[in-house]
Amino acid sequence: MNDPVPSVPPKAPRWALWLPLVLFGGFVVLVLFGLLRPAEREVRSKMIGKPMPEFSLQPAVADRPGFARADMATGQPRLLNIFASWCIPCAVEAPQLLALKQAGVQIDGVAIRDQREDVEAFLARHGNPFARIGADNVSAIQFAIGSSGVPESFVIDGKGVIRYQHIGEIRPEHVPVILEKMKEAGR
Amino acid sequence: MIAELGLAALWLAAALAALQLVAGALGLTARGAVLGTIVRPVAVVQGVLTLLSFAALMALFWQTDLSVKLVAANSHSAKPMLYKLAGAWGNHEGSMLLWVTIMGLAGSTVALVERRLPERTMLATLAGQAFVSLGFYAFLLLSSNPFERLNPAAPEGQGLNPLLQDPGLAFHPPTLYIGYVGLSVAFSFAIGALITREVGPAFARTMRPWVLGSWVFLTLGIVAGSYWAYYELGWGGWWFWDPVENASLMPWLAATALLHSVSVLAARNALRTWTMMLAVVAFSMSMVGTFLVRSGILTSVHAFAVDPERGSFILALLLINIGGALALFGLRAGTVTEGERFAMTSREGALVFNNVMLSAILGIVLLGTLYPLLAEAFGAQVSVGPPYFNPMGAVFVVPMLVVMGIGPLLRWRRDSLARVRLSVIVPLVLMLIAGIVLAMQGVAVLPLLGIALAAGLVVAAFLPLRGRKLRQVKLPLWGMVVAHFGVAVSLFGMACDSAYTTEKLVALREGDTVAVGPWQIDLVVIEPVAGPNWTALQATLSARYDGGSAVKLQPQSRSFWTPPQQTSESALETRWNGQLYAVLGERGEDGRWQLRLWWKPFVTMIWYGGILIALGGLLALIGRVLSDLRRGIARDKIAYRKLRQGR
Amino acid sequence: MIRFLLIALAVVLALPSALPLAAQDKLPPAPYAYRQLADPAQEAKAHALMQTLRCLQCQGQSITDSDAPIAGDMRHQVRVRIEAGVEPEAIRAQLIESYGDYVSYAPVVNALTWPLFAIPVLLVLVIGVVLRRRLTTRSA
Repeated sequence: MNDPVPSVPPKAPRWALWLPLVLFGGFVVLVLFGLLRPAEREVRSKMIGKPMPEFSLQPAVADRPGFARADMATGQPRLLNIFASWCIPCAVEAPQLLALKQAGVQIDGVAIRDQREDVEAFLARHGNPFARIGADNVSAIQFAIGSSGVPESFVIDGKGVIRYQHIGEIRPEHVPVILEKMKEAGR
Repeated sequence: MIAELGLAALWLAAALAALQLVAGALGLTARGAVLGTIVRPVAVVQGVLTLLSFAALMALFWQTDLSVKLVAANSHSAKPMLYKLAGAWGNHEGSMLLWVTIMGLAGSTVALVERRLPERTMLATLAGQAFVSLGFYAFLLLSSNPFERLNPAAPEGQGLNPLLQDPGLAFHPPTLYIGYVGLSVAFSFAIGALITREVGPAFARTMRPWVLGSWVFLTLGIVAGSYWAYYELGWGGWWFWDPVENASLMPWLAATALLHSVSVLAARNALRTWTMMLAVVAFSMSMVGTFLVRSGILTSVHAFAVDPERGSFILALLLINIGGALALFGLRAGTVTEGERFAMTSREGALVFNNVMLSAILGIVLLGTLYPLLAEAFGAQVSVGPPYFNPMGAVFVVPMLVVMGIGPLLRWRRDSLARVRLSVIVPLVLMLIAGIVLAMQGVAVLPLLGIALAAGLVVAAFLPLRGRKLRQVKLPLWGMVVAHFGVAVSLFGMACDSAYTTEKLVALREGDTVAVGPWQIDLVVIEPVAGPNWTALQATLSARYDGGSAVKLQPQSRSFWTPPQQTSESALETRWNGQLYAVLGERGEDGRWQLRLWWKPFVTMIWYGGILIALGGLLALIGRVLSDLRRGIARDKIAYRKLRQGR
Repeated sequence: MIRFLLIALAVVLALPSALPLAAQDKLPPAPYAYRQLADPAQEAKAHALMQTLRCLQCQGQSITDSDAPIAGDMRHQVRVRIEAGVEPEAIRAQLIESYGDYVSYAPVVNALTWPLFAIPVLLVLVIGVVLRRRLTTRSA
């Protein structure tokens, strides 16, 4: 047999036959990792350690002023709380915010996509721990500081630098953590 | 009672699968040969039992038996019957039962009809099928029992997610499932052949109808799913490169490659090792896809019944089935001698190129889908979406489609491009003209490439028929022509949608008019309407195409009460040259109604093309099965004649 | 199977908040959430960008495919800034600065993502080399 046709493809080398198994092994290791350490689904802010960006918010209620970037750099650390009257977890975290205020924490609130009378009713019912409350009807401040939901809380140090982000409602066990972060930010 | 019957049938089927595995394995040895004779009957009975079990589940959903946990959680007495029945597979447990049922029926069919292969290979194949099934039986019976009772019975069901109350649910999941599970047969054949080392044209011809059939169903399933999402999600998108979609695309890519390589093996006895590997990979991708969806490991799916236990169970199954098969492949593939040789410029060469490109695309989709997970392992979050998949895919799709136009014109074994040069001039010129015209219109690169390629391929697809008497053309060749034509049509639709879609977001009062592309649209009235288990606000739009007569569109904003939820029902007006797509939004403070309107030229070609592709597969399947039957009858006749002469 | 899970998912995630069931806010959508820019060229730019930005709560969709309020607000941000003459890539860069690479569906080459681009290039190279070798063998 004199066949002029060259062979294509050539016989695969032995090691190549094991390649699929090796790739599959890599896949298994990868997904095992994913299964064992359930991924953090929250989108964390990348603004930690960076100064607050420029912003300026109108007051959300009659008896508290709004605020702007300049108001955040007062030499004292502050807690910035993103909340809304329509958000149930925000009501859940209200007692913890009051406790933080009792402990001497200065808290500024931003009411997201909210109406004045609703915010006032919310504060009347759940207490008002806020020194200032700004209104943000288009979530603009969230995009600026990397917040993706309500409620979220940010520790801002005296120079106006974002130091810590807490995602979701503040539960009683989180209060000491936040106080610690406030203390660190005050140093 | 029915639930217990279904569960009993399932346990019995599992026991028979174990028996089938043991008998099949022992049947391969010299001493156990007699055991081999029970394998086929056992496989048949196993299939019947799974069918019985699935029928029991359907009956429970039919009656809305609320003492069964699964029914209570997924159905409701006020639901239309179609969705009550569809609810049987619209959940994790029911869909897994559907999986083993299809697998059992496929096993029965193989056991009943396949007579071409050496009996040893058949035993190994059926044992392999039983082995894979056993894992899924264990999964169902130990951690996802669909027949679990609820004590006391629920007073009322929790209903089915309103977005799932759509004919799409009745059709799309079972179709895709048949495709997924059908590939298990190719997988088992490959296992059987690797064990007995008998790989050749006969083996390829046996496997081919199964691959074709699965591929047809996979294609239809994906097309249906894409169209369903297109009209149901209400934003006009038809493919999002979401991990869940990619999970259905990957087995399709592997099956498409397998389909082509198995043809080379059948016709030319070449590509033996490669075909074996693809057969293993195709079903592996089905299982990997199922795993990715059920485990909730990728961001997309985490809201759907995340269950780490289920994830671990499926991963264990993957490890045993895929790991085992690939290890067997590594051990044995070297001893399956490589087949006939061929030149690069030949039909085989073109098919190899197609296979390499499809595998590369599969690799990219897998890479992009899993990469966020890999990044997470390093503590970072990344997103991989259309801006990655589209151009990366195009790098491989474009050369593949060019070869798709030329390959079918080439001869087996060796040929020269010079011989087909004249034939491809027409499509090439068409492609160039289309490209130049589009470039002058300022169309973006990817859609331009898409439309130009489609223009060339529409003609090139029919070139293989040139110089043949059409009435003598065999069905498989028609199948190829139709499928390749379908690819061109679908590509044309995709590219047109991306190049020419007009979007209008408007706020209108009743009586207002708006223009969308060539359409004039009046908002006539907005009024409440009621359905079987929902109420809705319905907008009546009167639309005129290019000053023509008015057609009516009625998009709705529906409120369901079981469970309480709002959905928007888009309204579509289809013309030969595209679709008008309307969605009703909310009412603004000024009393105007929010409307989202799209004019999508030739968008329907995407799905028509998909249906043509499936039709091509079907024609090829019918052609192959018919000629197999004919061959079988001829063989029987000869045997019969010999028998008579012997007397 | 696959696709209806996706849709189920879309429904679940289309809820106003990924956090434990929040009530619906009563405010109308932001001005540019459902309104296009007057200038078609600007709108086209905005639309192309929005298609590649990920909705932060309905995590499997771009912001052009979602009714979630935060997606609407993000569309508003994008359109306002495009209208103000900001380049799309600058807007993307700002959002990436806030949220990290997660927010953009268009991965960029960096220390973490280079294999995503290196592997396809490697594939092309391997395929090219193999094909070339075959072709030259034949003519030899």
